[in-house]
Parts: sequence; C-alpha cells; structure tokens
Amino acid sequence: MITLPEFPLDGLGRIGAAAILILISLIISRWREADLEKDLLIATLRSFVQLIAIGYALEFIFNLDSPLWTLTLLVLMTTIAGRTAAQRGKNIPHAQWVALVSIGLGSALTLGILVAVNVFTFDPQTIIPVGGMVIGNSMSVAALVMKRLASDFHDQRNLIETSLALGATSQQAARPQLRTSLQSAMIPIVDTTKTTGLIKLPGAMTGMILAGASPMEAVQIQIVVLYMIIGASAFTGLTASYLTYRQFFTPAHQLCFAD
Amino acid sequence: MHPKIEIRGLHIARKKQSILRGVSFAVQPGEVMMLIGPSGSGKSTLLRAINRLLEPPPNSILLDGEDITGLPVTELRCRVGMVFQQASMFPGTVAENIAHAATLHKTILPKERIYELLEAVSLSQEFAATDAAQLSGGEAQRVALARTLATSPDMLLLDEPTSALDPHATRQVEETLLRLNRERGLTLIWVSHTIEQTRRVGGNVVLLNQGQVQASGRVADVLDPNGSNQQALDFAAGEDIRSK
Repeated sequence: MITLPEFPLDGLGRIGAAAILILISLIISRWREADLEKDLLIATLRSFVQLIAIGYALEFIFNLDSPLWTLTLLVLMTTIAGRTAAQRGKNIPHAQWVALVSIGLGSALTLGILVAVNVFTFDPQTIIPVGGMVIGNSMSVAALVMKRLASDFHDQRNLIETSLALGATSQQAARPQLRTSLQSAMIPIVDTTKTTGLIKLPGAMTGMILAGASPMEAVQIQIVVLYMIIGASAFTGLTASYLTYRQFFTPAHQLCFAD
Repeated sequence: MHPKIEIRGLHIARKKQSILRGVSFAVQPGEVMMLIGPSGSGKSTLLRAINRLLEPPPNSILLDGEDITGLPVTELRCRVGMVFQQASMFPGTVAENIAHAATLHKTILPKERIYELLEAVSLSQEFAATDAAQLSGGEAQRVALARTLATSPDMLLLDEPTSALDPHATRQVEETLLRLNRERGLTLIWVSHTIEQTRRVGGNVVLLNQGQVQASGRVADVLDPNGSNQQALDFAAGEDIRSK
C-alpha cells in the first residue's frame, strides 16, 4: 500500500505569502486597464494545481522507484510536449507525428548519452527533473523549427521551385531554408549559453543554491545542464527540420502544400 | 536533334477540381508554341506538368516518345528548362546565379561560359560581378534565362516571362528568345499574357479555356480577325472568354 505524502502546511503558508505579488499584479492590471485580471487568475490557479499535482505524482513515482514507471512518465511528458509543439505547425501535414518523433528522439538521445557516460544515473529523482528540462527545451526547439520551415517554404516557394527547375534535388533546393530554421532555433540557446552567469543565474543553479547546495556544486550541474540543452536542441532541431521538410516534398522532388 | 513533346489527353485536378481536362497537342523540335487563354485556364499548370513540378498522370506527356514520369526528374528538368513569371535570384552575384546548376552538380562553370551566356541574353560581361539583388526586372529576367540556358536545355518553358517587365525590357527579352530559337533551334513553349505579344512572336498557338484546348494552329489563322475563333478574338480584346 502506497501512502501519498502530505503537503507541508508551512509550505502552503509561504505560497500564500508569495501570492501577495499576484494580488499586486492584479491591482496594477486593473489600475492601468491592462485587462489581464482573468488571465492572471487562471494562470495562477492552473500553475498551482498543475505543480501540486506533479509534486504528488513525482513523490509517488520516486517512492515506487521503478524504471518502468519512470519511463512511462517520460513518455507521457513527451506526448504532451509533442501535442503542444504541433500546434505551432498546424499547416504542416502530420505535424503531431513530426513533433512527437523529433522531441522523443532528441530527448532520448540526449538522456541516453548522459546516462551512458555516467553523468546522470537512471533513477527517478535524477532522470525525471532532468528529462523535464530536456523535453521542455526540445518542445520549444521543435515548435520553432516547424513554424519557421513551414513559413519559409511558403514564402520562398518561387525560389525553391526555381532551384528545382534547374535540376536541384529537393534537399538541395531546400538547403537554405533548412539551415535558417535550425539557426533560428539554436541561436537563442547559444546566446543564452554565452551570457550565462553574466546577466542572470540560470534556473537549475538558482534552485540548487536555494535548496542548500554549495555554489560550486550548483555550477557543476548548471554547466552539465547547459551542454545537455545544446545537445537536445541540436538533435531535436535536426530531426524536426528533416521530418518537416519531408512533409513538403514528394519523392519526385516536387514542392507541395496541403492547402 | 531536339526532342518532340507530345501532350496526350492530359487531365490534372486539384482539390477535386479539374484544372486541365483532356489537353492534347504536340510541339515539334525547334518550334515556337504560344499558349494563351484567360487567367485560370490552366496555362501555368500545363507548363508545371511538363517540367514535373506537378506530377502528370503516366503516359500523358511524352518526350521523344518516352513517358516523362519514367525519366529521372532532375535530368528531365535540365533538358526542359523553365523560366518563371517572376525571376527569383539566389543570394550572390549574377555569375553565381548563372553557375547555380553547375554548383548543384559540384562542377565549376568556366568564366568564358558565363560570359557567353550573358552575351546570349544581351547582357555585357560586367554584369557577372553584379549583386543579383540589385538587378532591374528586365535584367533579372535575362539573367534567369541565362541561368536556365546554362543547363543546355533542348527546350524552354516560358511562364509569362515578360509580364512583370516594361515595354522596352519586354521587347529585349522577346528578341533574345527568338534569336535563341533561330540560332540554336531551341524549342519554345511560351505562355503569353497578351495577344499583341502572341502576334509579334508568331509561330503556332494553343488557346486554352477552362482547362481545354479551344483552338490551335498558326498564330495568323487562330487570331485571324475574319476567322471563326471569335472567343479567341474576345480574349484578344481583353474580355474574359469564360463569361461567353
């Protein structure tokens, strides 16, 4: 019999106290007629319910300590990320499938390599929060690549078809757009990595320091996290760009749109 | 020997709507074939099908008796060059644009060949180093033509190549194309947006209407003011023959 952990009341008190900031934001929104009160309230309540729920779910899975349950949760997270990213590529045929495979493959490769080279162990306490970071980041990259590529194929149709008509294969004709889409997804991450620690302390590091870890311990983990995010972005971006490209070209090197 | 192209009962539909409905005609080697018709009559679709930018049904387009859907598509597109209504330039110089096809095949197009192609489209050698983004409409269209000629095509598919040009540039492009036809025996299948241009260019003409061949034959006969193709003449007068 598994017992669910109790939510610490002093924690609830802290959350309640921090909610003063939400109250101030509501007052500002009302005062400046920003009309954000409803959205703010929904976002606040949703985040509260979602995070408490995931807190319970994590405690439950950590207590189970079962690789199968850990894997199931990772697959569930990937599926939700795939559905979310696919919404950015509504005009892409099989967008759901493209997003799911890209995020799944990018995340699995990244986590697989990190576990294989003993950076992380495959236990729920480690792999679920790390997996969350990887999957979340992969989701943003997949969405960016899919959206950019679909819009570039549409806007640059004439240029692509000019290249095809000159005897280019579809891969040759789409190369500039493939390159740009990958760049657009990777540049923010590369830029963040360049300025990390200079402008703000990254999330993982801040969390660890708040939880009592020494700054050097936190820095070590943060460096690994940054490398991991770059790797996940590259794997996911590459897969998403290739799979999206495949949706727009026929085997006879013809550019086609669903509309 | 340049090949003959034959269109046999070509049907093309998109979103369950017929665009071409049983189009048939043949173009002989070295011929100039004008394609005219109101907008939406299927002229561009026909050119795209010949270039296989759109997939035609098997055995509906034959190149020298061979079904084009059975030919390697990249090879076909080099043999049957296409010039679009809007000349899109790749980033880089005019020379880089002309060498685009060679670059795709990882070969180098010699400078002399680039100059020769520029000359063929009545542009001076100095254009080679010009940034392609800086060209005027007429210059860009002639560079697009030189870029297509670089693949040594047997025939050219021209999709309203002068519709975006002023009258002076239009005449220059027309003269260039007709000279290439005369001197090199290059077959031209030319979609034109004006009846005046069709008369000027001459040769043969196919009049398309609602995806079907309305009339075909010598330009002088099909567009004869005393002939029976009243609908073609309505088109010449700028009327939409679909409303007739």
